[in-house]
Amino acid sequence: MNKLICLMAGVCLCLVGVAHAATEDPMRSPGWRIIEQRFFADQTVVFDDRVQVLAPQSAEDTFAVPGFVRVDGIEDIERLVVITDLNPIQRVLEMDINDAVKPAVGFRFKVQQRTPVRAAVQTSDGTWYLGGTWVDAAGGGCTAPSTASADPDWANRLGEVDAALWARDDGIQRLKTRLVHPMDTGLVDNIPAFYLETLELLDEKGDVLTSLSIQAAMSENPVLSFDLAVDGPVRLQGRDNQGNRIRGMVEP
Amino acid sequence: MIRLLLLGFLLLPASVQGYSLSPQQIAPGVYMFEGATEHFTRDNKGDIANTGFIVGEDGVLVFDTGPSRNYGQSMRLAIATVTDKPVVAVYVSHHHPDHFLGNQAFGDVPIHALEHTIETIRRDGDAVTDSLYRLVGTPMAGTEPVEPGELVTLGRQTVAGRDIELIAAGGHGGDGHADLMLLDHASGVLFAGDLVFHERAPTTPNAELGQWHDALDRIEELDFRVLVPGHGPPARGPEPVQQTRDYLRWLEEHLHEAAAAGLDAAEVMYLDLPDRFQHMGVLEQEYRRSVAHLYPDIERATLRDVREP
Repeated sequence: MNKLICLMAGVCLCLVGVAHAATEDPMRSPGWRIIEQRFFADQTVVFDDRVQVLAPQSAEDTFAVPGFVRVDGIEDIERLVVITDLNPIQRVLEMDINDAVKPAVGFRFKVQQRTPVRAAVQTSDGTWYLGGTWVDAAGGGCTAPSTASADPDWANRLGEVDAALWARDDGIQRLKTRLVHPMDTGLVDNIPAFYLETLELLDEKGDVLTSLSIQAAMSENPVLSFDLAVDGPVRLQGRDNQGNRIRGMVEP
Repeated sequence: MIRLLLLGFLLLPASVQGYSLSPQQIAPGVYMFEGATEHFTRDNKGDIANTGFIVGEDGVLVFDTGPSRNYGQSMRLAIATVTDKPVVAVYVSHHHPDHFLGNQAFGDVPIHALEHTIETIRRDGDAVTDSLYRLVGTPMAGTEPVEPGELVTLGRQTVAGRDIELIAAGGHGGDGHADLMLLDHASGVLFAGDLVFHERAPTTPNAELGQWHDALDRIEELDFRVLVPGHGPPARGPEPVQQTRDYLRWLEEHLHEAAAAGLDAAEVMYLDLPDRFQHMGVLEQEYRRSVAHLYPDIERATLRDVREP
């Protein structure tokens, strides 16, 4: 009986393998198979030019490469994930998308070597739509210490939240924020992982607009941009992996 | 092993000649080697900056040494086709690798530079050399950073019988006296280093824009007849100074406007650039690098502290 289950499992794995082999990565990344298995196993993946990642072709500062995801013309998006195939920490962020929060996000990330940076958005039917671009880099972004780890004063500034809101002509409210945190990866000798793990945006009434899960692949003192379909003040609250909380309230 | 040795012998002269530098005379006794108005590539061998030399009564003065040991050696061979006088002094304009990594080829000559340049090469020399190896590859073979050994004496002076003036300014290489210029009074040739770009978008990794503008104003007041920019073709007037100033002014204003509109850095990198700069080499590439260098501080000023207890 056990043997039979093993055999069936083996057959299933083979089938899954075959199905995956059909998903040809247009970016021809050597890391795609691993990314596919880790983040999209058994799910429908479509490569779609409507999912765009803006990022420089070459990283000027491997500790803080700017990236911006924008999606045009895909409806019913519920999740947005940013992934760097060839970084030791592959997922940069993951967030909820809904009527109040557009599928757009600006961020800064670390790169260890030349890598694709991809955005994946999942619609309500479960399908993932992926787009991305390559970023070239000399490396070191993930395995070099943060500036904060050498700054005796960093603890006093931990948890600082700077932000502003812009009301745009298209009715969208842009939120930009900078959060003071070392975002240590844990990949540097004798510096443990220490990074912001969660961030929530809430409206005036305290209702959650979106929740983000963040990884240490995000740059030190992360800068994030969001496009909100709601007016009014926004509260930011988050927590790092040691339980420290951050809180801020930004008025239009 | 023998094959390796043979390979070494075969490659050595070829790689030195790989640069095939030919001196361009820009005034009596004054020559330059004009680099490509590009970014570092394997094809251009890193030869993207201008270097030059002045033939004096009893020796040759060299301004900047290029991106690699091979380039520096090629310079010496090319200088020898013009004069048999010895090179007696080398001046390094600033610490960027395309301007000083040929120093090795001038190990027998005093190399002069500003304190900022010497200290920055001491600190960052290995890192910038590594990154050039990565971008340029084989033509870098054997190149190591050599720190200039002499603190430059500023002001008007006679060197090798030439009436020259060494002028310190800043803004491109960094804060304070980070950029050295050389004015040859007899010919009126000004080697301006990277304070002036021409037909090639300026680079800003260490830029202090206010100081850079001050330096450009000062250059226009100098009594020069031929201007050798750090990158791009030489000119017989101040046009490259105006071009550099126009671009830097635009860049700063443009980035402030983008920050005031709440744009994210990656969005700013992909904005359309004005037509009047489209003729500049590597415009998009340098513009995007400049966003990475300058935008973080500019956008920070648009955010306010919203922390709650």
